[in-house]
Amino acid sequence: MKRLLPRGDSVTWVAALILLALVVLGAARFDHFASLANLGNILGDYGYIGIAAVGATLVIVSGGIDLSVGSVVAFTAVAIGALVGGGVHPLAAAAVALAFGTSIGAAMGWFIAWFALPPFIVTLVGMFAVRAACFLVSGESTAIAHPFLDSVANGWEIPLGGGGVLPFRGVLLLLLVAAGTVVARRTSFGRSLFAVGGNARAASMMGISVQATTIAAYALAGLCSALGGVVFTFYKRAGDPTAAQGLELSVIAAVVIGGTRLSGGVGSVAGTLVGVLILGVIRLLIDFQGDLNAAWTSIAIGGLLLAFVGIQQVIGAIATRFAPGPEGAAQGIER
Amino acid sequence: MTSPASSTPLAVRDRSPTVSRRTIPPALWPLFGTLALIALNAALDAWSPGGPGLFGPGAFLHIAVVDGVPAGALLDILNYGATFAILGIGMAPVIGTRGVDLSVGSIMALAGAVAATLSVGGSAPAVSMAAALGVAALCGVWNGVLVAAAGIQPFVATLVLMVAGRGIAQMVTQSQIITFHDPVLEYLALGRPAFLPVPFAFLLAIALLVLTLVVVRRSALGLLLEAVGGNPEASRLAGVRTSLLVAGTYVFSAVTAGVAGLIAAGNIKAADPFNAGRNLELAAIFAVIVGGTPQQGGRMSILGAALGGFLMQALITTMYARDIGADVAPLPEALAILAVCIVGTERGRSALMRLWRRS
Repeated sequence: MKRLLPRGDSVTWVAALILLALVVLGAARFDHFASLANLGNILGDYGYIGIAAVGATLVIVSGGIDLSVGSVVAFTAVAIGALVGGGVHPLAAAAVALAFGTSIGAAMGWFIAWFALPPFIVTLVGMFAVRAACFLVSGESTAIAHPFLDSVANGWEIPLGGGGVLPFRGVLLLLLVAAGTVVARRTSFGRSLFAVGGNARAASMMGISVQATTIAAYALAGLCSALGGVVFTFYKRAGDPTAAQGLELSVIAAVVIGGTRLSGGVGSVAGTLVGVLILGVIRLLIDFQGDLNAAWTSIAIGGLLLAFVGIQQVIGAIATRFAPGPEGAAQGIER
Repeated sequence: MTSPASSTPLAVRDRSPTVSRRTIPPALWPLFGTLALIALNAALDAWSPGGPGLFGPGAFLHIAVVDGVPAGALLDILNYGATFAILGIGMAPVIGTRGVDLSVGSIMALAGAVAATLSVGGSAPAVSMAAALGVAALCGVWNGVLVAAAGIQPFVATLVLMVAGRGIAQMVTQSQIITFHDPVLEYLALGRPAFLPVPFAFLLAIALLVLTLVVVRRSALGLLLEAVGGNPEASRLAGVRTSLLVAGTYVFSAVTAGVAGLIAAGNIKAADPFNAGRNLELAAIFAVIVGGTPQQGGRMSILGAALGGFLMQALITTMYARDIGADVAPLPEALAILAVCIVGTERGRSALMRLWRRS
């Protein structure tokens, strides 16, 4: 019965095919396109986006949305900048930033769960408030200098062969995807997330605490955003209050392209990794092409997001038609 | 009702509903909020030692005449508040029909970019403005199709244009800030009519408000929009052309954003694709919700949304007057909108009532 419904996997397979097609297209057009070095670069450069997207996947599976990702990343950067500037070790500063990210996420989750406010309004408020808080900490971009950061940036990497390296931030992304998959698929919390996202009322009647699940989902998303911010900061070694603007669209695009449905209840963390790789390959294609404006990247991401929302809409409509009884009908309600 | 003979507890119980029934209509709350903020600023000026006093130069209520044109914080509220009021008027029907338009800020930037590029290229003001509004309307059609025909959640559908629209604006101006000299566009933002000492933008906002109110409330349109917001499926089954109405709200919102974008460009005599309209989507949502339109739709107040726009500007002007920087200003703004949203929920209201009763 369950297998008749489209799992996140069916869209994920479409995404994987598109990824393959993009790589083949790039390899056919440009020399040195499909190389391990470029794979390492993508995993490295898109590491922070992917890490934040793992948390966003959990929130979207639970039927919510998090628009505050970019601001939390920027806040992490300026906070670490201020702390390291004041003599704190970068790792201690990172711990403070992670605690902040988790609390801001939990706070947003609480507002959403307790007052039944629309998630996009609460996280939009978070997006603006945290961005303003960045400027409160630091009015302008400051460089962060610390011997530890130099060793992370230069030494922490795994050779891939062929001259390519997998930076530590890429390793962290892969580890987090694995951890996120375990949480989503193998824990009771993960099952609660899917249940709440599929039908919050039914989940509540089954005895799942919708409020606790929602708050935990946003807290985890805040933690992931802050972790992405830590990775971003250790890589850029600068605290820029204007950093990572518009990141939320990239993150949502990665999640949705990877097969997680925006209405909640369906999705996978591994799919999100595919989504992140697609974003990375598109960026690489635009870079290799060379004569395209950087603004094209955001336009391409927006277009791809729409295409995949469209694919999901079609698959959802087909499933509703063929799924028997209330299970199929349940796909249509709630917004 | 209450006879003198009745016991005290009953008399106390009788009083509370009478008090709550005599409330002011929600649409007028932002007006009182604006007046309260002005009074607060005046009080702070009057009581601060060594300050400007109530009407002295630099005071909130001080109206200077610069080059024969009155200027001051109060005029700022009328002038810059007009942009928010226009955005609010456009956003109210969208939220009233259970939607939201996050792309208004980017549409402002795009409209400004189109008008400035054409104006620099030598087009007549009417042509460049019409083209800018046409592009804005196209953006609205795009949003409307995504929401009404494709069935994509409004905030995702409009988030795409929120991010990509700014990219398109940058392509239009080739990533430059384009300065221009266009008397009509500048008059739109900075003009002062000869017959009234108020900014032209303010009059434009009032005209748009009256026009919208007449169209929406003197026809069945408002009723139909509220029906769609209350229950889209039931309205559709009752014969209301739901998709067309919903799509129409996005087109209207985009056109008002285009007008706001022209004013914003006229204000600085330049089109800035990077910063024009940035962060204004939240201001527009604030204006609508503080004006009494519930965030879950089903009702809308266009007057309230326009007044909410001026309250937004009163908040911003207050922050400038109190030396809070433009970058930090979104923090109190964001907290204000969160507070307004919470008061709009059932749980928030009952918590507020409990606090009220306890004190």
